[in-house]
Amino acid sequence: MLDAEFFRRWMAVTAASVEREAERLTALDSPIGDADHGSNLQRGFTAVAGALEKEAPGTPGAVLLLAAKQLISTVGGASGPLYGTLLRRTGKTLGDAAEVSPEELATALRAGVDAVMALGGAAPGDKTMIDALVPAVDALGDGFAAARAAAEQGAQATTPLQARKGRASYLGERSIGHQDPGATSSALLVAALAEAAGE
Amino acid sequence: MLINVPETVVADALRGLAAAHPELTVDVENRVIVRRDAPVAGKVALVSGGGSGHEPLHGGFVGPGMLSAACPGEVFTSPVPDQMARAAAAVDSGAGVLFVVKNYTGDVLNFDMAAELAEDEGIQVAKVLVDDDVAVTDSLYTAGRRGTGATLFVEKIAGAAADEGQPLERVAAVARQVNENSRSFGVALTACTTPAKGSPTFDLPPGELELGIGIHGEPGRERRPMMTSGEIADFAVHAILEDMSPRNPVLVLVNGMGATPLLELYGFNAEVQRVLAERGVAVARTLVGNYVTSLDMAGASVTLCQVDEELLRLWDAPVKTAGLRWGM
Repeated sequence: MLDAEFFRRWMAVTAASVEREAERLTALDSPIGDADHGSNLQRGFTAVAGALEKEAPGTPGAVLLLAAKQLISTVGGASGPLYGTLLRRTGKTLGDAAEVSPEELATALRAGVDAVMALGGAAPGDKTMIDALVPAVDALGDGFAAARAAAEQGAQATTPLQARKGRASYLGERSIGHQDPGATSSALLVAALAEAAGE
Repeated sequence: MLINVPETVVADALRGLAAAHPELTVDVENRVIVRRDAPVAGKVALVSGGGSGHEPLHGGFVGPGMLSAACPGEVFTSPVPDQMARAAAAVDSGAGVLFVVKNYTGDVLNFDMAAELAEDEGIQVAKVLVDDDVAVTDSLYTAGRRGTGATLFVEKIAGAAADEGQPLERVAAVARQVNENSRSFGVALTACTTPAKGSPTFDLPPGELELGIGIHGEPGRERRPMMTSGEIADFAVHAILEDMSPRNPVLVLVNGMGATPLLELYGFNAEVQRVLAERGVAVARTLVGNYVTSLDMAGASVTLCQVDEELLRLWDAPVKTAGLRWGM
């Protein structure tokens, strides 16, 4: 079973890996975006880590709702509302249970990803964070490590795609050949989940 | 770059804006710029915002006859919902608030969330989406046309309507009409450098230019060998007139992207006016300068807005902001 401590660890590991990879995310955002994805997410997850340390919410759902609130209030851009919605819907779906099973987390994450698709209007193949998140959720039944591999593969598979959503879409065919920064940061979030689980 | 550290660029600019403009209330911590006499009794308030780096847009357009408040985000990053909700609460007189939103995924999402927050507080909110950039041709498979130079026309004209005491639905309708009547096209001679990255956001060799750029350092649709001012004017105005056939006279905005001297912008304006005359388009008013910029990008954009007598009257109405002022 996964308790609040596990979810706090997930967020802390995400914050650390976003900080470590911020420059790479910004570099990916340079040719097909506006060169700020790393710094924006770093600001957001630093706020998440700080708030979780201060408030230490007692349930998995409460951890994710607090994290979502911090992301929405600090990131801006499209990433703030999209990542905020992902965690908020996942947290709401988990409810106020003190512990949740990996299966319940998988179901809640799927609801979160669906909410992101509804909000941003992106579908798989549009070269967005969805291209890492959907395969990850699909693979979660086989464990966290499988989800991490699926997300990483999904992020890498965005390279040959033409962007149809977000700022990269303005480039048309010139967006082809670059890995999507949003899919890349989503893969970090999923990898942090596996790391928090010790896998 | 003339900065301290990248992390404080926006806050530093807000402190400077506050020092230069005592007629504005600048909340540096929460990043909200409000005209000092807000809320103005009985009048609709206009709130806009967006990423920083486009100055004077939007903070420079706060004041009588234009915006009631502006919310600057990080450089090229939309503001967060809390900012717009806070701004709406500060400027709402009870007559309602119009959000002026440039059509970028981030701005749209954050303003939508802000509208929910404001409505929860009992504030009546209407929204207008600005999407005037004809360089985005494939709206079906992109995030849609971007909001660029027409934002100035929308904020000025709708601001005048609000200043006259027109009700929210009417101010919103005027704003939408201005957007529908407007088209823009931009070119870059250099990329811009964001403070966070410290190097140009895309690679544009000297001797080439990028056609159809946005205002966020994103590359455009097409790259070509350098063209003359006249050739660029031909290309930009023709691109716009492929998409609109003005029956009425137009407002012309010849807008610098930040690093192009006024000398060149006026020269470019002469060429724009030549092309418009050749195409039989009557010009009602012309504005030349740096209004909707992209940090230190060199280049320019052209925006045309078709105006009837009513819209022209609202355009000519007095305005008093840091970035635009006449008639008062």
